[in-house]
Amino acid sequence: MKFLKDKILELRPLFKKGGKYEKYHTVFDGFATFLFTPDEVTHQGTHIKAGIDLKRTMFIVVIALVPALLFGMWNAGHQHFLSLGEFTGTGEGFLDKLIYGAIKVLPIVVVSYGVGLGIEFFIATKKGHAINEGFLVSGMLIPLIMPPAIPLWMVAVATAFAVIFAKEVFGGTGMNVLNVALVARVFLFFAYPTFMSGDAVWIAEKADGYSGATALANSIGGDPGFSLYDLFMGFIPGSVGETSKLAILIGAVILIATGIGSWKVMVSVLAGAGIMGLIFNAIGANEFMNVPFYYHFFMGGLMFGAVFMATDPVTAAQTEKGKWYYGLLIGMMAVMIRVFNPAYPEGIMLAILFGNVMAPLIDYIVVQANIKRRLARA
Amino acid sequence: MSAVETKVQEEKKPLLSKKDRKLITDPLSDNNPITIQVLGICSALAVTTQLKPTMVMAISVTVVVMFSNLIISWMRNLIPGRIRIIVQLTVVSVLVILVDQVLKAFVYDVSKQLSVFVGLIITNCIVMGRLEAFAMGNKPVPSILDGLGNGLGYGAVIMSVAFFRELSGSGKIFGFQVIPDFVYEMGYVNNGLMMIPAGALFTIAVIIWIQRSITKKFEEA
Repeated sequence: MKFLKDKILELRPLFKKGGKYEKYHTVFDGFATFLFTPDEVTHQGTHIKAGIDLKRTMFIVVIALVPALLFGMWNAGHQHFLSLGEFTGTGEGFLDKLIYGAIKVLPIVVVSYGVGLGIEFFIATKKGHAINEGFLVSGMLIPLIMPPAIPLWMVAVATAFAVIFAKEVFGGTGMNVLNVALVARVFLFFAYPTFMSGDAVWIAEKADGYSGATALANSIGGDPGFSLYDLFMGFIPGSVGETSKLAILIGAVILIATGIGSWKVMVSVLAGAGIMGLIFNAIGANEFMNVPFYYHFFMGGLMFGAVFMATDPVTAAQTEKGKWYYGLLIGMMAVMIRVFNPAYPEGIMLAILFGNVMAPLIDYIVVQANIKRRLARA
Repeated sequence: MSAVETKVQEEKKPLLSKKDRKLITDPLSDNNPITIQVLGICSALAVTTQLKPTMVMAISVTVVVMFSNLIISWMRNLIPGRIRIIVQLTVVSVLVILVDQVLKAFVYDVSKQLSVFVGLIITNCIVMGRLEAFAMGNKPVPSILDGLGNGLGYGAVIMSVAFFRELSGSGKIFGFQVIPDFVYEMGYVNNGLMMIPAGALFTIAVIIWIQRSITKKFEEA
């Protein structure tokens, strides 16, 4: 570290005003602040100093995502070997599965970060504004919500689309209306539906004849096809990071303990899904409606979306009361889309995007209601 | 309706004076009906999945705008102000029905593809906009030039939208495959998003983005 720091201090004059590489100072500053805490402070006015900054926030979320990523790698291998009929027990062939999964998943991570950061750096250099850590989390979320068999060029196209159209056109980090990672997924979902839905894509290099249907696809027939234990532990086909609810809950604990993710949003999304599931259980008009409501928590990406995506502080509702309505709306919409439209099995993706769009309206209503209540009291 | 009131000075001039030429060139970029005035968006989203029907649509709209401008301009001093919209609609409807019949007679397959959108030219805001903003206050010759310019401006934008949508959505241009087979064998897949109207919205947005960053003309709120 000492070496890196010396090197940065040595190179810094080259990037200062009038230096040789002045044009690239944003890139240099980006790397420098990524590695070390910047030594520049504001000199005027009163400031409250907090231990948390954008870099630390982003890193904690990335750390919270690591369990899901590691399990996702192992599971990608596990599902592959399971379909071939090798190492069928969950305890067997641990290293083989992990290595196979890593070969499938890590390139997606590299492509997602490479393309996303490349575009961010390019735009920052062109516009002359500072590079920030805004893409660190999105770049990690994108691989986790992709099927393990996704072609890499599609990841690249989707990431580019999401960074440009969901983020940069709105003004960059912190200004986006929609969750960037979900925009990448929704782009792929509509642009290349055969690679994002169906039975064939959830297991990498699946053996022919082995059913790769997800629990959500099975549920259309009324039976999820997996035990609650398998669903909870994540021994099921699905997107890379969404399968293990255990790993997601570990992430949730990290987010809640550090105060970065809002527990209100997480709880209310699950509550909304539960309420809608109960209502459908009561109606029971088709096979899917009869699937017990608690299965909805453990199928598909509902848990992942609730913990890592709905809680995105930029796109979620900002008011404390609004977070409850926002979460309930997302949870109810997610289950509704799942049950009503078999063509869109993954309802949570569309539900969160819908919630993102509605969040400012929810905040407005909450604020106005508060003003009215206080005026009436006065 | 168009906020831009273009009044042409009444004076003697040769065929296609500078002002007349401006009538045609202005709507192509600086006052484009789609990218600047944001009119006629719904047909631009609906018909632009392929180039061929888009071209037919562009020609149809150009013809309708030109001749409705011309006819209304002839009648402009006879039309009572209160019922002018009805008169304008009647003229436009007649022209649209004529165009529709011609399409049905000569390019039946394209006409089927365009389906209701030919009929919907009647409600195309560009047509009404030009009648209200221009033809009601100007002589026939400038009016027909204005119609031509706006039709071409509209056509240029929807043609470029259709070009990108057909290219990325089905790998073709005017129905001919331009993306070679070996690219598909390498794993390339046509982009389904471009085939749904959302794809057209993004394409138009990018065209507006490019145009404004070249012309540096922004509408500050």
